[in-house]
Amino acid sequence: MDRSSSHAEAAPSTGTTLVACVYNGGVVLGADGRVSIGNYITNRASNKIAPLADSIFLCRSGSAPDTQIVSDNVRHYLAQMTAESGEEPTVQMAAKLAQMISYNNKHLMAAMLVVGWDKHEGGSVYGAPIGGTLSKEKWSTDGSGSTYIWGFCDSEFRDNMTREEAEQWAINALALAMARDASSGGSVRIITCNAEGVHHRYVWGHEVPQALDDLPYPSGPPPLGGPAGMVLG
Amino acid sequence: MSGIGTGYDLSSTTYSPDGKVFQTEYAQKSVDNSSTVLGLKCKDGVVLACEKLVLSKLLVEGSNRRIHNIDRHVGVAVAGLAPDGRMIANRAWDEAASYKRVYGEPIPGHVLCERVGSYVHLFNLYWSLRPYGATILLAAYDKNGPALYAVDPSGTSLRYFGTAVGKGRQAAKNEIEKLKLAEMTCREAVVEAVKILHKVHDEDGKKFELEVSWVCEESGKEHQRVPADLLADAERQAKAALEDSDMDD
Repeated sequence: MDRSSSHAEAAPSTGTTLVACVYNGGVVLGADGRVSIGNYITNRASNKIAPLADSIFLCRSGSAPDTQIVSDNVRHYLAQMTAESGEEPTVQMAAKLAQMISYNNKHLMAAMLVVGWDKHEGGSVYGAPIGGTLSKEKWSTDGSGSTYIWGFCDSEFRDNMTREEAEQWAINALALAMARDASSGGSVRIITCNAEGVHHRYVWGHEVPQALDDLPYPSGPPPLGGPAGMVLG
Repeated sequence: MSGIGTGYDLSSTTYSPDGKVFQTEYAQKSVDNSSTVLGLKCKDGVVLACEKLVLSKLLVEGSNRRIHNIDRHVGVAVAGLAPDGRMIANRAWDEAASYKRVYGEPIPGHVLCERVGSYVHLFNLYWSLRPYGATILLAAYDKNGPALYAVDPSGTSLRYFGTAVGKGRQAAKNEIEKLKLAEMTCREAVVEAVKILHKVHDEDGKKFELEVSWVCEESGKEHQRVPADLLADAERQAKAALEDSDMDD
């Protein structure tokens, strides 16, 4: 057996692109769907967005198990606080909890965005990178793919966008990152939170805007039996 | 008038045949016999006011503090045994500080008062501890607005528009009921609070001081002593009102 490639022993990478931004009335968050071990894509449609409360979400990048543990813990403490206070938790509270866990457990490699809507602040975006920093922003991006889109996000973001503009900003940012970052790709998940509630949107791989002159996806699924007329059964 | 326990009142782990815990009732007596403390929740904040009997000419003015800051946005006024009240205030401070450290926001008033209530209640459960002989009035201004709570020696915590505890509580509550608190600002309520305390003060010639605090829009939503000029003006108005009513008699 060829042991020179260590793919079998390597952990899955959440090479990822995450984006989030505040708009006039709420907040939009988005993530790609790729999980890979080396060149092998173990999951092309994974969900990197974890719910922390009804209107608060955690976008996960870095170490997959670390971010799952952080997400479970924050969800637990938020639920406890909701029971004690009788009120819906705020995004600030969720972000603070995520920060506390990162800061007090320096071995964790959790690079997160805590994003959501609450009735006191409206939409909020908090960056919670590795180490335990917490920063409230109008928009943020994280993950390996984010390096390729900081310039795009800087130049294209505007205050007080409409919901449609904000969602398109997020989709375009993700599409650009997915085109250049090998560890990001597949499909796109977008969540919009506002006073009305939470709205999920899934963008199929073939519907993601084409950033480069790639061969376009064929439209629609292949016919039954395969494009080459493969015989089944 | 008061129920004499006779055998059922020696420990807070003993019920009386009619279902009372006499130790808790006796702790309440401590509060009932103390000097008057009142709280008013108005349209833009909360006012706390304490009547303090000056026990000795040798005391520096302003000593024997009865109002404590718990966090920037919360304050408590203590009625009953002052050291007991101080213990409760310190616990409230601890709760507020740890909440802020973990959750990143100032502790909401209703969460704090429940935690303080649980703490005070604890002391009613065990033979080795005596119940606290103090009621605290808690004034908070959090993201849900201003609120006034009272935690009594049994650990009951209730939310109020206005309330009074201590010797003059009956007379004070009667006066409070006449006020239209929802339409009043804290500035106006301070004057009313001072008037009430002067009115219900036992006329036995004992000198007394007032300690008045507020948390409202005007104080930047922070709990502070009311400005000295406002307090002086309120005292003037209170004394004038008393003289007027004296002349009417």
